[in-house]
Amino acid sequence: MNWSELATALFGADHDIRADGSLLHGTATLARQSIAVVGTTDHASIGYALALRQAEVVLATMAHHPGRAVLLLIDTQGQQLRRHDELLGINRAMAHLGCCIDLARRRGHRVIGLVYDQALSGGFITSGLIADGCYALPQAEIRVMRLPAMARVTKLPEALLAELSQANPVFAPGVDNYVAMGGVRSLWRGDLAAALRQALADTPTDDTRAVDGAQRGGRRLAADVAQAVMDAA
Amino acid sequence: MNGMNAMKPALPSRISYAECSARERLARLLDADTFHEWLPPAQRLTSPHLAQLGVPGAFDDGVAIGCARLAGHEVFVAAQEGAFMGGGVGEVHGAKLVGLFRRALRDRPRAVLLLAESGGVRLHEANAGLIAVSEVMRALLDARAAGIAVIVLIGGANGCFGGMGIVARCADHIVMSDAGRLAMSGPEVIEASHGVEEFDARDRALVWRVTGGRHRYLVGDCDQLVEDDVAAFRDAAIVALDSHRPLTLPALQDEHALLQRRLHDAGDAIDAPVMWQRLGIAQDERAPDLAVHELRALERIGEPAR
Amino acid sequence: MSNPAPALETLSYAFPGTKPAGPFAPVLAGVVGSGNLEVLLEASAEPVCRFDVQTSARGFGSIWEAVLGDFQRRHDLAGVRVSIHDMGATPAVVGLRLSQAVAQLRTP
Repeated sequence: MNWSELATALFGADHDIRADGSLLHGTATLARQSIAVVGTTDHASIGYALALRQAEVVLATMAHHPGRAVLLLIDTQGQQLRRHDELLGINRAMAHLGCCIDLARRRGHRVIGLVYDQALSGGFITSGLIADGCYALPQAEIRVMRLPAMARVTKLPEALLAELSQANPVFAPGVDNYVAMGGVRSLWRGDLAAALRQALADTPTDDTRAVDGAQRGGRRLAADVAQAVMDAA
Repeated sequence: MNGMNAMKPALPSRISYAECSARERLARLLDADTFHEWLPPAQRLTSPHLAQLGVPGAFDDGVAIGCARLAGHEVFVAAQEGAFMGGGVGEVHGAKLVGLFRRALRDRPRAVLLLAESGGVRLHEANAGLIAVSEVMRALLDARAAGIAVIVLIGGANGCFGGMGIVARCADHIVMSDAGRLAMSGPEVIEASHGVEEFDARDRALVWRVTGGRHRYLVGDCDQLVEDDVAAFRDAAIVALDSHRPLTLPALQDEHALLQRRLHDAGDAIDAPVMWQRLGIAQDERAPDLAVHELRALERIGEPAR
Repeated sequence: MSNPAPALETLSYAFPGTKPAGPFAPVLAGVVGSGNLEVLLEASAEPVCRFDVQTSARGFGSIWEAVLGDFQRRHDLAGVRVSIHDMGATPAVVGLRLSQAVAQLRTP
């Protein structure tokens, strides 16, 4: 589903979302509530500049529309892999985007993330993963790194990684694995507008992902280990 | 004793921070005998995901956490072991850091010190590692929002990359050495994607110009630059205890303006000296060769809004 | 599986000893990096020195037995459990880490 079809499915005609290059932004109305929408399309490579453009939308929302909910639409191939971006400090630009989203949450804006196509770690970690909660469409995929680069860095054979990516939940990119691990709250099927309404109403504001991962069986240790630190003598 | 010797100050013997293990750094940086470890190695909280790849675990999953004193102040600390899996964050490692920040919310130490040395997400734990890094980020920002200073020290051989490179920039204050590196993607990954012309990962001088402490200090991406010396990191951490600043809308707007200006002024620069020149950093042509204490005396980009 | 991951090898040895270490807080030496190992010493109730090794370098059982046996001949420890995570350390490095660990035992 492309972003335009998604926007229609969510909001019908009640939106002015547009694409400026690979940046998505606009305002939508759902159940008479205004929602700020920001994100990316075309499997965008998120560089320093695109991270800032997204941050700008979030900052403007905080400044001009206090309390307005924010929907992050995610379709990215990850961070831009260029020397120029590293030189400029892409990690700082990404952190800035993450801090803007985090501040919006603290100032009472509901922030919902939706992976509607694909997400790779660098392009995702300071958007969807720092929302109040992240959701996904069933066909979406979330990866940490493309297999050839992963093989090179880990020195594990690419064939082995490919095999693990078939069925091993730790490696497989299907979003149902992320649901099982607690990273994604749920998948949106059928009536997407209803799913968004539900998400705006239900998503908790504290980080329940480790507890969810334990309850769902996909990530058995994280919640207990964090609690053990709280309880340690 | 002749007169010449009497005039020279006794040099303290320097201990390379880069060459120390995580535990050696903790032992030497914190007030002596004050480090109390939580979830120590004997509890065997090892990774559940490594054995399937034929990789041995570590009893502390590559990070030592606990409480300690620094110049008499109570601090919480975490030290990542760069030699184990490149300091990569896996499920248990990440959960230890999350627990540390959450406990800081409850117990309110003066600061949380993160001795960061990491490639980011531990690729051997892929999905679990990615979620873990995100949880660390949120827990860190919770601690900051509650008024607890979060200080990151970067000086290990592996640098601070990937998701941890982002986490570092969510903190109040970063101390780096010349030997340290702070960035997002490793040069090898960039070279693998776009070729050696884009980034020759074996050109060490280039790698350090683009990602090293010197560059980050001059453009304002780290707050203090120190020698590769544990005592220097300790002194810098003590200074950093007063560094807490709340994240507010005006602060983020200032940060945004700074980052926009940088984007505009740097233009198409792909090497540090060109960028320094375009950003108006003083004495740019000498900067790569100055000693650390001379570098600190240079005018650099004004105090960054954080 | 067409591409099975190399598995870890686990080895266990127990050597009798006559010098009880007495109660002590656990001691750690070394780091699990390439060519390195970590060694955890803990007090136990047994009259032996027990070694549990987990290693990514398979097929060196007889060398481990020789190195660990040598170590025990020198130190004659009882009531000690030694747990090792190894990533292909040489016998010299193994011996070094064991010595470093035992040295921490002796420090008051």
